[in-house]
Amino acid sequence: MSCLFVNGILLNLEIIMEDQNKLIHEVTQRDYRFGFVSDIETDTIVKGLNEEVIRIISAKKDEPEFMLEFRLKAYRRWLTMKMPEWAQLKVPVIDYQEIIFYAAPTQQAKYESLNEVDPELLRTFEKLGIPLEEQKMLSGVAVDAVIDSVSVKTTFKETLAERGIIFCSFSEAVKHHPDLIQKYLGMAVPYNDNYFAALNSAVFSDGSFVYIPKGTRCPMELSTYFRINAKNTGQFERTLVIADDDSYVSYLEGCTAPMRDENQLHAAVVEIIALDRAEVKYSTVQNWYPGDKNGLGGIFNFVTKRGICKGVSSKIFWNQVETGSAITWKYPSCVLMGDNSVAEFNSVALTNNYQQADTGTKMIHLGKNTKSTIVSKGISAGHSSNSYRGLVRVAPKAENARNYSQCDSLLLGDTCGAHTFPYIEVGNSSSIIEHEATTSKIGEDQIFYCNQRGISTEDAIGMIVNGYAREVINKLPMEFAVEAQKLLQISLEGSVG
Amino acid sequence: MLVIKDLYAKVEGKDILRGINLTVNAGEVHAIMGPNGSGKSTLANVLAGNTNFEVTHGSITFNGKDIFDMSPDVRAKEGLFLSFQYPVEIPGVSMVNFLKTAVNEHRKYRNEKELSAGDFLKLLREKKAMVQIDSQLTNRSVNEGFSGGEKKKNEIFQMAMLEPTLAILDETDSGLDIDALRIVSNGVNMLKNKNNATILVTHYQRLLDYIVPDFVHVLYEGRIVKSAGKELAFELEEKGYDWIKKELGE
Ligand SMILES: Nc1ncnc2c1ncn2[C@@H]1O[C@H](COP(=O)(O)OP(=O)(O)OP(=O)(O)O)[C@@H](O)[C@H]1O
Ligand SMILES: [Mg+2]
Repeated sequence: MSCLFVNGILLNLEIIMEDQNKLIHEVTQRDYRFGFVSDIETDTIVKGLNEEVIRIISAKKDEPEFMLEFRLKAYRRWLTMKMPEWAQLKVPVIDYQEIIFYAAPTQQAKYESLNEVDPELLRTFEKLGIPLEEQKMLSGVAVDAVIDSVSVKTTFKETLAERGIIFCSFSEAVKHHPDLIQKYLGMAVPYNDNYFAALNSAVFSDGSFVYIPKGTRCPMELSTYFRINAKNTGQFERTLVIADDDSYVSYLEGCTAPMRDENQLHAAVVEIIALDRAEVKYSTVQNWYPGDKNGLGGIFNFVTKRGICKGVSSKIFWNQVETGSAITWKYPSCVLMGDNSVAEFNSVALTNNYQQADTGTKMIHLGKNTKSTIVSKGISAGHSSNSYRGLVRVAPKAENARNYSQCDSLLLGDTCGAHTFPYIEVGNSSSIIEHEATTSKIGEDQIFYCNQRGISTEDAIGMIVNGYAREVINKLPMEFAVEAQKLLQISLEGSVG
Repeated sequence: MLVIKDLYAKVEGKDILRGINLTVNAGEVHAIMGPNGSGKSTLANVLAGNTNFEVTHGSITFNGKDIFDMSPDVRAKEGLFLSFQYPVEIPGVSMVNFLKTAVNEHRKYRNEKELSAGDFLKLLREKKAMVQIDSQLTNRSVNEGFSGGEKKKNEIFQMAMLEPTLAILDETDSGLDIDALRIVSNGVNMLKNKNNATILVTHYQRLLDYIVPDFVHVLYEGRIVKSAGKELAFELEEKGYDWIKKELGE
């Protein structure tokens, strides 16, 4: 996923980088240096999917044998699988033979100027305060000078390298750290996990790789922003985060600017492995183009995200704000394997117009004294449909496991739908599971009350929604939180009154 | 400041206001009394712009402008304040955030600079002292879990923060304990000056001992059927509304 300027990330850098002037100079230099972009050939293969296509993808990426095997295994399995139908979603038929599974990273501009872009989208950019050049990039307009982040990335990587932290593209990791890839790839999300995970495993183009060595605290928030060639990896992205014993990392994905993509289908996989006493915080702001007011043209987002608290007392936190995509199918989950491990899922999912979201989490307790917390806040407006689907499973051996789940739905208007599907399976008697659910509406009387104090309807809704989501927003890294707040308000514009 | 002419309004298809005429000038205090269901809160809501109430006839000018041209938030920023009979709760929205937004929206409307966090907190402290509101309340969500009396006090606190030119207090006295009534009344009196005006909707003469009205009106079946000085309130307290109904030939 490409996000070119998240203000906060730069801010972060400012704290860390000693010589920020040098950095800014580098950013604005627009100087194409070497990067992993250059070693990928700029061509495209024929559309459609078969074993030959997978071999070509693997060959083009110059992958070791084990990767090709992984892909082929996944592909063969995928052929036997069916698209899941249990979700509360209406998904149009997807013709996989019409998709190009390997495309060059240089994307053809779709428009000549911003005048051709959906004015609604531009208005949103404006409100989010996104610079003009960047608006062009995000909406697919031809740009003269691309602000290249390779140089930023390079400086940034030096800081990380000093600590032995690996943060690079997935392809790069396959090349330079094949042992780590071979050991951990598919550990959290096996190639045959589900239909979309199998598809991703077969054809994924690129993504991010993070390794935090033992006893290391990553000194900055890692963001996909620094992956220059993320531009075209969006469709089948693969992320692997490994936190070794006693390490800590906070990872940010996505950005608040609405992102357009010519590829309608997205099926990413994210895997997190936390070893003994390691802690991983994974925060997402997902704002893929949701389609227009009538629901036309949005992205279908089928994501498999899973973390394994593999080590004792390890911790994984999923924090997400979902406002984009026409269809979202996403259940960031945790397997609490190590004794005393802790997992959290904090989510705000907002749907408007004709968006559909079926999202939630799975908390699988295997270790003793494991503890999970789920806070899910759904916000539905327009004609949208918003479902929470959650599973809490406690294995017989997972003594004294604890789960607390809180699922709240907020409705704006009465043409939208909110559904909650909690599944609870407890295999012993020493565990305690608590589940709370509420559904509320933004009342006209609440809005009128705000109006009467001089607050416009738009601001009132923003304030009420943010109040409702505050608990989750507060879990996001600061700079993300501020943007997420603005985003929630903007996403609901025109939905009431 | 406020001129209401031959105002008719309905709610859910039912006529509630049926020809209201009322003029309020700067510096005046008007009390509106009247039996339950006579339309007092309806009038207050129509003035504030609640769209649940449909105006079918008549005109209202506020500060010389047609009030129907203004959305509810603009009316508020023009200086109209309604202390609600039943203030709503807004979970998750902190009083501080709510008030800061409200105050700054008012300032922006007047082309004034927004208050800095420090200046805002200073203002907050000052006004809190004025209505002696519990410090804890401003740390909570708007009206959430407030007692009946606390909600009413909170309305006057907000009024103090916003310093309206026309304050409509809809039964602010009901639910207040004896001390709170005195404190809130003091607050209202302190905010009074020759440039602003107050409309008090109340059932009880007692409030009018503290906030002395220049006029007392009786609203009955959607019309102002009697207007007089503050002595009218004593008469109502003593005799109820029957004699007025008789006067009207009912
Ligand atoms: N939303 C509504 N739907 C239906 N009827 C309503 C609504 N609001 C007010 N009414 C009716 O309009 C009439 C006037 O109500 P209003 O609240 O203005 O009375 P009031 O004079 O303020 O009474 P009280 O002294 O009890 O506060 C009542 O008969 C009431 O039932
Ligand atoms: Mg009333």
